Amino acid sequence: MKKAVFGLEPLSCPTCIKKIEITVGKLNGVEEVKVLFNSNKVRAQFDENIVKADQINEVITKLGYPVLSQKVS
Amino acid sequence: MNAKRTSQITALTGILLAIAVGLHFGGLHEWRQGTLIAATIIAGIPIAIKAFQALRMKAFSIELLVTIAVIGALFIGEYVESAAVTFLFLFGAFLEARTLEKTRSSLRSLIDMAPLEATVMRNGEAVIVSVDDVEKGDRIIIRSGEKVAIDGAIVSGKASLNEAAITGESVPANKSIDDRVFSGTIVDNGFIEVIADKVGDDTTFARIIELVEDAQEAKSKTQKFLDRFANVYTPAIVILSVVVYIFTRNIEMTLTFLVVACPGALVISAPVSIVAGIGNGARDGVLVKGGDIMETLAKIDTVVFDKTGTLTRGRPEVTDIHTFSGDKNNLLRIVAEAEMISEHHLGQTIVKEARKRGIPLLNEPEEAEVIEGNGIRAQIEGKLLTIGNRKLMAANGINVDDAVESYAVKREKLGNTAIFAAIDGVVAGIFSIADQIRPEAKSALNELRASGVKQIIMMTGDNRHTAELVGKQLGLDGVYAELLPEDKVAMIQKLKEAGHKVAMAGDGINDAPAIATADIGLAMGEGGTDISMETADVVLMADRLDQFSHAYSLAKATIRNMKQNTYFAVGTVVLLLAGVLLGKVFLASGMLIHELSVLIVILNAVRLIRYTKKQVNIKQPVPILQTE
Repeated sequence: MKKAVFGLEPLSCPTCIKKIEITVGKLNGVEEVKVLFNSNKVRAQFDENIVKADQINEVITKLGYPVLSQKVS
Repeated sequence: MNAKRTSQITALTGILLAIAVGLHFGGLHEWRQGTLIAATIIAGIPIAIKAFQALRMKAFSIELLVTIAVIGALFIGEYVESAAVTFLFLFGAFLEARTLEKTRSSLRSLIDMAPLEATVMRNGEAVIVSVDDVEKGDRIIIRSGEKVAIDGAIVSGKASLNEAAITGESVPANKSIDDRVFSGTIVDNGFIEVIADKVGDDTTFARIIELVEDAQEAKSKTQKFLDRFANVYTPAIVILSVVVYIFTRNIEMTLTFLVVACPGALVISAPVSIVAGIGNGARDGVLVKGGDIMETLAKIDTVVFDKTGTLTRGRPEVTDIHTFSGDKNNLLRIVAEAEMISEHHLGQTIVKEARKRGIPLLNEPEEAEVIEGNGIRAQIEGKLLTIGNRKLMAANGINVDDAVESYAVKREKLGNTAIFAAIDGVVAGIFSIADQIRPEAKSALNELRASGVKQIIMMTGDNRHTAELVGKQLGLDGVYAELLPEDKVAMIQKLKEAGHKVAMAGDGINDAPAIATADIGLAMGEGGTDISMETADVVLMADRLDQFSHAYSLAKATIRNMKQNTYFAVGTVVLLLAGVLLGKVFLASGMLIHELSVLIVILNAVRLIRYTKKQVNIKQPVPILQTE
């Protein structure tokens, strides 16, 4: 199990939270996803055997939220 | 669509609107209409896309209401209105994002203090590496002006460090060998080498950031209510607007109704205040772990303090050694040798005193035994030592005669803890140990009272005399002494049952159950001990009581701010809806007022960032318990 933190551009609408959480949460291998609205971050727990951090990054970007930083631990 | 593109579109729409105004005065009616339609479409498409994306996630968004209104306006040929509404919406969102960043700026400035690189000894050479590449056990070199990138203990050198990032305290702390330094702090002056024992996300600094981030997300009750409310409210408005249309047959009024009913200011009113409040606290070294805790903290009317380490410094000193037989220093030596095995702070104080006097401690205690909460027994040089309180003496059948007892009581009345030292079953002397009241305690308690705390109580495991002395010096409303951890829990329970909202402040593990029982648990962070930081609701990082009074008045201010925002937002919507139904407010003006109300709500929250309680001088002399 790995943890990734993605830094986004300033989030301003509360509906973004739902959009990102639902879409990323649907990804196979993603255990838990949390959008930190006030710190403009997405935290995700995922199984690195099933899904890669880059794939999550891509999904968030496609939703219309460019990923500025990515940190996996 | 990213932020840059959005601002470009907003700017373009603004220019088109300006051109349309020009064309209007130039009398070019057809051109004007065309420009307005173009502006509506350019600005409207991104809004419509967002509305659609949210709808796919089964979320009714504000964008949806705006999109319906704009399509409606185009349909009935109100191009001025449609263009103005889309522009105002985008421009408003732009301003909101900007000002929202302000409410988050405290956390930002904390994060900006994060170290980026470190100088590490690798194969005998000093190399600069990124913080992510520093490993546990690395030897780090930190010079004047550099940032500490890890948590660890100093192995050589000394320095004064600015620890504001951790404690909010700007006065530099002097540190030398064996002292701990923390990531995020800055070497003001000096040169130190440190062995890293916590790196990356495990450092105290990283954990503080994570705690604050989580705290800002943790929703207050008001916030949760508003979220639920908005979920019902948005679809309800759509239905209501249909009702309005059926009754009035007025499309323009119906669309205006849709737009002004947007719950924008309402949804944002509570969270912006909370985020700003928590950010303000974090900057001053006060971690409030969430909006619901803010709300409870503001309602506190009873505060319970532990004594040692909370109201007092928790750094006891030997104030007197009284012997009934034999030499003082010799007694100190053998007692200290026996206390070497003790983890208890009173025992360690005696060991420290012996070291301070330069007495060599050579003998290893034999058959040593710790009697939890009472003292120790051990053999030194063939003598049986029994060191501890009255209970321990009684339990071992050691006679405490009147002269010894009256001396002990006299010392206790002066604020000392009296420790009996018996050699082979006879009391040989009494050690007096006293702690100091924190210099800021009195003014902090006064501020708490001034901000609305009704009663302040102390609960301690220490003896009655010392406790009463502290109680008198600080003017406490109640003093309960000689309590076990479970007694404290029971008393807090009783206070809660009597209808009080109770905050408990303590340090260390023995207070943990009481801290957990109280409505609000406060822990003294002391640079962040793990347990206190995780379990407490509020952590005072710099270990100063005035941070508590700040946190309390800040919580009140935050909740006040949140209420102002909520009432203002609800009031605006009600007035606007009334205005619409009376035919006084139209599409574009309704949108303008709505966006303004959102901005006012955010700006009101930004005031909290700068909130400081009135500075009170704490320069009065330090009251010392022991008087001799």
